[in-house]
Amino acid sequence: MRFMIMHKLDEHRPELWQPDPAFIARMGAFMAEANQAGVLLAGEGLRPSSVDAGRITVAGGRTTVTDGPYAETKELIAGFALVQVRDKAEAMHWAQRFVDVFVEAGIDVEVDVRRVTEWEDVAG
Amino acid sequence: MGVVEVNRTIDAVWRIESGRVIAALAGLVRDVGWAEELAQDALVAALEQWPRVGVPANPGAWLTTVGKRRAIDALRRRQVQQRKVAELGRNLGAETFTPDFDAAFEERIEDDLLRLIFTACHPVLTPQARAALTLRMVGGLKTEEIARAFLVPEATMAQRITRAKRTLTEARVPFEVPDAAERENRLASVLEVSYLIFNEGYAATAGDDWLRPALCEDALRLVRILQGLMPDEAEVHGLAALLEIQASRTGARVDADGEPVLLMEQDRRRWDQLLIRRGLAALDRARAAAGQAGPYTLQAEIAACHARAHTPEETDWARIAANYAQLARVAPSPVVELNRAVAVSFAEGPAAGLTLARPLADEPALARYHLLPAVLGDLLARLGRYAEAAAEFTRAAELTGNLRERTLLRDRAADCAAGMPPSR
Repeated sequence: MRFMIMHKLDEHRPELWQPDPAFIARMGAFMAEANQAGVLLAGEGLRPSSVDAGRITVAGGRTTVTDGPYAETKELIAGFALVQVRDKAEAMHWAQRFVDVFVEAGIDVEVDVRRVTEWEDVAG
Repeated sequence: MGVVEVNRTIDAVWRIESGRVIAALAGLVRDVGWAEELAQDALVAALEQWPRVGVPANPGAWLTTVGKRRAIDALRRRQVQQRKVAELGRNLGAETFTPDFDAAFEERIEDDLLRLIFTACHPVLTPQARAALTLRMVGGLKTEEIARAFLVPEATMAQRITRAKRTLTEARVPFEVPDAAERENRLASVLEVSYLIFNEGYAATAGDDWLRPALCEDALRLVRILQGLMPDEAEVHGLAALLEIQASRTGARVDADGEPVLLMEQDRRRWDQLLIRRGLAALDRARAAAGQAGPYTLQAEIAACHARAHTPEETDWARIAANYAQLARVAPSPVVELNRAVAVSFAEGPAAGLTLARPLADEPALARYHLLPAVLGDLLARLGRYAEAAAEFTRAAELTGNLRERTLLRDRAADCAAGMPPSR
């Protein structure tokens, strides 16, 4: 089964969105390990909402298009890893390893682990 | 964390780390069977201690360290290999592992993991024993899970694993990556195991036991690990490509009633594009590494031709036929010839396909293979030779064991006997 591991960062701290080489190296090592273990399907980092971000909101049938940056949003999704594992416990293990990369750099972070809907979940 | 949750975490850690732990221990004691027992001892220690003190930051290194201490204790008790013990005792004197030890663990472990895989897949073992041992040692599956996956009683599987470990010891199989002379055969044995595990799950995707479809994911995980360990081996990437692309079709292979859906009739919107892209990327790596493409790479090429076609009509049959021709040279078999005949019939017309398929009727290996007369019937019907087609469909219906298929073939025979093309 697949899980999406998403991490959120504070948008009001621009330095978090410009990681230093040491952090990039640690994150690279984590990604390489997850890849080598055969669990990483895809992983990407996102640009902050000040860079080419857009939001489409529909309320009461009325559509509003907003461009970034989102002043009112503090915690913003900053990246994700899509993993294929046997169960939630395994996904949580990898998520913890992911969190450790931030902890080692002294960065506060929130990581969401969510199960991906698969064909069996909607069929029948 | 509650005890239940810690235990679930330990299960997950074990599945993820056991291969590396066992590999590191086998690197020390040079006996995979014993290494596995040592790792199990370490797991028991974790089950006792982690619920009280918490899961350590690097659980894999923790398990390895405990396993190594047990190994040293046992070696001391046996009073063998005195010098080695003294040497190890000096290195492992500290109560907890040091950062240096951690680093050493990471560096050497890839080699040990590769040795473990080659040992568990040694040709002295039957393919089934190799698969069981690999799932247990590298995949971190419990005996009970492997037994369920292979539909045998747990006791039988436990016996099979014990016997496999004993066979390795008795045959004095060294814990090593084979040298160049032996490498091709041994690699074939490793790849065969991955494919066997995948097919064991793939064949059962329609079943309601989640463990069998999960075997496909285990096989994918294994082959992705192999890609990292042997980046220069073309056939490793070829097999990875084949499995990723086959797995991409999982959602489309069975209809709402659980009946299998043939490739050309599948709803391609249900094919998993992420796995297809991964498969095509692996195929590129296989091509880049290969001189002469091997059988897995060629099968992946064929699977890729189907994966690239957004509709059945877009299928590049000429390329598929060329790939089958190459496959027939590299790994000749009557079934490959039959598939080639079908591909040629779509690329060049039914007459060309028939020229290739006809002689296969003399192949003893295909004497009771219902797909041969089914294909012949189809080719003859497409040529308007309905009387001959009817005879072939009738024969195919007699040979198949599947009731639904028999009905279909009989209907086709009846249409042809009435002098018209089969309506379905």
